[in-house]
Amino acid sequence: MRDRRAIAAAPLAALALCAVVCLARANAQGIDKQDFNQVENGRYLATVGDCAACHTLPGSGHEFAGGRPIETPFGTLFAPNITPDPQTGIGAWTDDEFVNALTKGTGRHGMRLYPAMPYTYFTRLTRDDALAIRAYLNTVPAVHNPVKADQLPFPLNMRWIMAVWDELFFRPQAFRPDPHKSAQWNRGAYLAQGLAHCGLCHTPKNFLGADNNGRRLQGYNLQGWFAPNITNDTRQGLGSWSVDDIAAYLKTGHNQITTTTGLMSETLNLSTSHMRDDDLKAIAVYLKDQPGQNNEPAAAPDPSLMKKGTQIYADECSGCHKPDGSGIPALFPMLKGSPAVQQTDPTSLLRVVLRGARSAGTADAPTASSMPEFGWILSDEDVAAVVTYIRNAWGNTAPQVNAGDVHRARQAFVERSD
Amino acid sequence: MTQKLPHKDAVIIGLGWTGSILAHELTDAGLDVVAIERGPWRDTGTDFSIAYAQDELRYRIQHELFLRPAQITVTFRNNARQTALPVRTWGAFMLGNGAGGAGVHWNAETWRFLPTDFVLRTHLTQRYGANSLPSDMTIQDWGVTYDELEPHYDAFEYLCGTSGQAGNLKGTIQQGGNPFEGPRSRPYPTPPLKQGYGHALFAEAAVQLGYKPFPQPAGNLSQPYTNPLGVTLGQCTYCGYCEWFGCANYSKSSPQTTILPVLVRKSNFEARTECEVTRVNLDNTGKRATGVTYVNAAGGEFEQPADLVILCGFQLFNVQLLLLSGIGQKYDPNSRQGQIGRNFTHQTLSTALGFFDKDKYNFNPFVSAGAIGMCIDEFNGDNFDHGPLGFVGGGYLGQVQTNGRPIETTAVPPGTPAWGAKWKQALRDNYLSTINAGGGVHASFYAYRDVYMDLDPTYKDRFGRPLVRLTIDFHDNELKMSAWLTDKYAEIMTRMGAKQVVKHPRKGPYDVTQYQTSHLCGGAIMGDNPGNSALNKYLQSWDVPNLFVQGASAFPQNAGYNPTGTVGALAFWSAAAIRSQYLKNPGPLVHA
Repeated sequence: MRDRRAIAAAPLAALALCAVVCLARANAQGIDKQDFNQVENGRYLATVGDCAACHTLPGSGHEFAGGRPIETPFGTLFAPNITPDPQTGIGAWTDDEFVNALTKGTGRHGMRLYPAMPYTYFTRLTRDDALAIRAYLNTVPAVHNPVKADQLPFPLNMRWIMAVWDELFFRPQAFRPDPHKSAQWNRGAYLAQGLAHCGLCHTPKNFLGADNNGRRLQGYNLQGWFAPNITNDTRQGLGSWSVDDIAAYLKTGHNQITTTTGLMSETLNLSTSHMRDDDLKAIAVYLKDQPGQNNEPAAAPDPSLMKKGTQIYADECSGCHKPDGSGIPALFPMLKGSPAVQQTDPTSLLRVVLRGARSAGTADAPTASSMPEFGWILSDEDVAAVVTYIRNAWGNTAPQVNAGDVHRARQAFVERSD
Repeated sequence: MTQKLPHKDAVIIGLGWTGSILAHELTDAGLDVVAIERGPWRDTGTDFSIAYAQDELRYRIQHELFLRPAQITVTFRNNARQTALPVRTWGAFMLGNGAGGAGVHWNAETWRFLPTDFVLRTHLTQRYGANSLPSDMTIQDWGVTYDELEPHYDAFEYLCGTSGQAGNLKGTIQQGGNPFEGPRSRPYPTPPLKQGYGHALFAEAAVQLGYKPFPQPAGNLSQPYTNPLGVTLGQCTYCGYCEWFGCANYSKSSPQTTILPVLVRKSNFEARTECEVTRVNLDNTGKRATGVTYVNAAGGEFEQPADLVILCGFQLFNVQLLLLSGIGQKYDPNSRQGQIGRNFTHQTLSTALGFFDKDKYNFNPFVSAGAIGMCIDEFNGDNFDHGPLGFVGGGYLGQVQTNGRPIETTAVPPGTPAWGAKWKQALRDNYLSTINAGGGVHASFYAYRDVYMDLDPTYKDRFGRPLVRLTIDFHDNELKMSAWLTDKYAEIMTRMGAKQVVKHPRKGPYDVTQYQTSHLCGGAIMGDNPGNSALNKYLQSWDVPNLFVQGASAFPQNAGYNPTGTVGALAFWSAAAIRSQYLKNPGPLVHA
């Protein structure tokens, strides 16, 4: 019965989506400075796309004026100035050049962009949405700020090489709604696969930095963190979270299970916490529909490591996270059943234990509690034990972490200034 | 050369409890507010890390969180015949430092004063006659009543998440609470803490003696709590490292755990830490504050102009800034003229140690919290007939032992050698089975003509400003009270089953080296007219109407409770008056 109803509903949903898209299209063919709706929509979309994260240098006071270093596995890029300044920004660009930059990865006069600019995601953007973003960017103060974006080593400093990369890994592709899914799902997919570019951090990459689409959203190690699996996987993903849990996390940085930290704090502060509740729910519905991997439980860890970890946990962790790993909502993350601690790659967990972390404070959840650093008090063996314990206590299961892993992580974190 | 900074709507001096509350309220009202704080910024995760917070040597013995006397200190003497000398290591009281102020290192006892405490002179003279009080006792009414403060006590408790059991809900006495308390409009936001064995045994004995014991109201939270500002506190772990320490797991009410996370998000708020205000500036009429002058850590001097100046420092330093800035008339104990420095008070603490049979009693004293414990209020304020006793005032009696920390929890029976094998054995035998100091009598300190503050004629601080001079001693009234109350406490200890009870009533002279509490009060007191007070009932200076002075410096005398609940309530009360009255029509809120 339920199946039949779903099938009947699908074409209706597609029809509704089509109506929404067609209506929007009727509104704007180009940029209209007088059109408040277009500018306001563009402001919202620029927030969803988190443009400021890369294009605003924190503390500079100059929004979208570029200059922020972007760490990539291939070297450091510097995000360009996208204010309307004609010389150093994008004021002289045509609308088509702007739309092509977002959706085709080509800059002015056809220059190739590096895929740190997520055109591989933005390609799904409608032209109207792209123009709305342009309309909004036209309203921000023009800042004269020349940014030398190309500072990659040879041969990557030759932009034409990106044409080869695009040939290999990039197909410009408008978003195609799935008629078998709800309008809400499709809105979520449009955002998550497109403007919100979740996969840029959460999808594993191949050796040339392109998305491994066979493992979409299954987690990726970058900038000293592991962006976790956000499929519906029971253990490592969002399988145990409800749609409301996900939406609350994206809105406030907190839910009953966990709190935001690391790179996601910035995304949350600049982007998701300012998104509309219906869009956050749509993204959550879409993510909940990404199939989990249901991997076999990890091999049982060394009992002596677990025993040592039990003791360290009782002494150092249980005061806040509770002896049963249940934590305190909005303050101390729950560890029991938490995907954050059961990722195959323990980088984030090690980082939080060794260096401490602060959760994101938002208007709705301002506490911004901190995890103190334990790197100075716990040896590599201690950390391996307690982390292995957390990953395998209370029904959790994840691969054992060894002292050597901790040592390497410690060295890597020492070299990081962030 | 002094650099003049852009104007602000309000400047707040000191970012402890009152500074945080006022900053929050005034920024909510739309004002552009800067808080200038002498000490460093402090944050739970980085500064009170769970990995080292429970370090008795560092925090308790070496005073990690406190002002350094080299930074600023006070001079002390017992009476005007003596020459005051500078305090070079803190003793009788501790002076907080940094963001959060004393709200970081307190135990978090969160009491309300009795309704009669606010009308003390009127009440005592009505009950016992005008001649019942010593002639040099200068107690007076506050100018504000309990009923006026009640909503603001409530606001402070709900900000803090205070754990307790109501004793009087809107006039109806509640089982298990303090039947003597003033009526409260709501129950405490969280239920009382769980009690340790020693605390519970005290309550049992108190009931047997006909008293009505109740759990001490605590800012160490019995359960997680999200306050009206959306800030979440954790659950107390009973680690016993509260007073002298910052709480490492977000479970003790403090500015850090209740307000600062919201305040720092506001674009109309700014905090400048490691900046010491050296004076409040006045215009040429002397009737209007134009802002403050301060010195930053690099030694640079700045003038911060502002429409509204709010002193939110610790009691001593509020009074010092008034004296140094020439605001109001300094108090002269001989002529009894002048208000600034008058009615300086502290607290009268005493205890009795109870040694119990180690084979029958195990109190596990290390399982504890700053404001844990069971108390009785039969002998507080004027809850009992003082007629035949020859003294006024009182305090709560409680088994409120806050910790079993290893360096200080070393009580041994009288006659034990002070060191060596016998001392060690006695310590081993008694550690678990002794009710230590910490429990005892927490009693009032009333005001006297010759207990006061002024500027020291000799000693100066690092900026060349005179230090504050404290002239303070216990009077017969307090010593008599302490002896009587300590006997009452010892009776309960005996009823608990102690095999030996050793009484330590408070004895004179006042000793600045022995810790009592950090509850210094008075010196810039509130009242109903400029002839008896420095501030009106809204904590507004009678002399300079755009200056408000928060904190316990406004207490006309000190009651038998810990002061922070009342300090918080007064801050909300004063802030409400500023928001609802002063900002609409800046000027005196009470016409003399």
